[in-house]
Amino acid sequence: MAESAISVKNLTKTFKHGFKAVDDISFEVEKGSIFAFLGPNGAGKTTTIKMLTTLLHPTSGTITLNGLDPVKHPHAVRESFGIVFQDPSLDDELTAYENMYFHAGLYGVPRAETPKKIEDMMNFVELWDRRDSLVKTFSGGMKRRLEIARGLLHTPAILFLDEPTTGLDPQTRNYIWTYLKKLNKEKGLTIFFTTHYMEEVERAADKVAIIDHGKIITMDTAPNIVAAAGTANLEDAFIKLTGRAIREQEGNGMDHMRQMRQLRTGGRR
Amino acid sequence: MKNSTNNLYAIYILWLRQIKRYFRSKSRMIGSLGQPIVFLVALGFGFGSIFAKAGGGNYIQFLSPGIIAMSIMFTAVFSGIELIWDRQFGFLKETMVAPVSRLTIMFGRTLGGATTATIQGIIVFIITIVIGFRPDIFAILWGLLFMFGIAIVFTSFGTAIASTMEDMQGFGLIVNLVNMPLFFLSGALFPLTTAPFWIQWIAFINPLSYGVDGLRGAFTGVSQYSLGVDALVVFCITVLFLSIGSWLFGRVEV
Repeated sequence: MAESAISVKNLTKTFKHGFKAVDDISFEVEKGSIFAFLGPNGAGKTTTIKMLTTLLHPTSGTITLNGLDPVKHPHAVRESFGIVFQDPSLDDELTAYENMYFHAGLYGVPRAETPKKIEDMMNFVELWDRRDSLVKTFSGGMKRRLEIARGLLHTPAILFLDEPTTGLDPQTRNYIWTYLKKLNKEKGLTIFFTTHYMEEVERAADKVAIIDHGKIITMDTAPNIVAAAGTANLEDAFIKLTGRAIREQEGNGMDHMRQMRQLRTGGRR
Repeated sequence: MKNSTNNLYAIYILWLRQIKRYFRSKSRMIGSLGQPIVFLVALGFGFGSIFAKAGGGNYIQFLSPGIIAMSIMFTAVFSGIELIWDRQFGFLKETMVAPVSRLTIMFGRTLGGATTATIQGIIVFIITIVIGFRPDIFAILWGLLFMFGIAIVFTSFGTAIASTMEDMQGFGLIVNLVNMPLFFLSGALFPLTTAPFWIQWIAFINPLSYGVDGLRGAFTGVSQYSLGVDALVVFCITVLFLSIGSWLFGRVEV
């Protein structure tokens, strides 16, 4: 059996008031594979990613990331993954280069190698000629590409992407997935991502897990899930498995704004 | 090659970010000079003759250290809003998943905020000299020390409040609620020795009093306590506020 980059066993997260956001889930992500983690809004995707990336402590269960436990060795684990959050996390008042430079400093990238690495990564996402522009002048797609470049700057073994393409036009989405697949193939990068765009999953993912109400309801390759559900495509299979009801998500103002944006842009596909 | 995170370097990086942002937002820099200038001109020249008649001497000489301390305190406390800003716009998450401790992040941010507040204080200091303040130039190092002390204390204070706040409006309200009394009852505007008993008591427990007193002592040689006492008190409050700020910041969830 192939080695696991991520191994999760009986993971549970209970919030205050007894709400179980993640309920006893287990899964393995093979090294060098692309893993899609799907589910309706509020199903527990982001909570799971937060636990995998040391931002939240699990209530119970174990996580192993590159052979390490994020609860016991948060710093070593943080050095071993890169992350692109659901919402932008760049400093708008700084230039693209400065954002990269500060990331390198926080992650202890050797200073002698930093300029070369930044140049390589920014060339890779085709933003090198915009290095001295303030990030606030960037479009949504450019910000995303910069975040991907930044997440890869410290040469992680795993890249987490929480809805990396939400709100982007088809051209940019296509562009980003071309990059990611190239990285996966050339450097053996393990990719763990969430999305609401099912055709991205069918195109890129080696394995798919669908989570709903905090539980994993199915986990297989995309064609197998479609075949088992007896539907025409993954989108129909997803709806068949998770139901037609529209989900409400508790959240702060930013989440709400993002949801509104999704409502406006997501329905057009 | 293995990455190895150096906490001191990470603190420097976080400090550098604040400095770059400060010098980039010229409008904020210039805008925040308005209030101290108005206070200096209106109060300094308005009350100057009364103060002199009452035997207090040159009021500009008395008032200037107070206004310098005020501008540092206001800038320092308000630097806490950058924490809320960073949380709302996501940059905080980027620092929270970095392989550095919360304490490192807190120190880097506080040092950055305190440095910009001190720079703001130095600009106001230069303005006071233009207006007629005549400080003892040999005491400038002592003066800078107190300026930086005030800056650290109130940056930690701002961070502590911001760590418990969700939105900017709430932060602004709380800060104004606290800032104004601290300023007016600190001995920045009038000598405390002749003030009513209860004002003296409030000033006695007000951290800013010792900053103002130390700054005034350093620059003009006139102070209520000795410079050593002022420095010791400011140092102890710095340690206390840094600890509270770090503890509260350690509990922030993103």
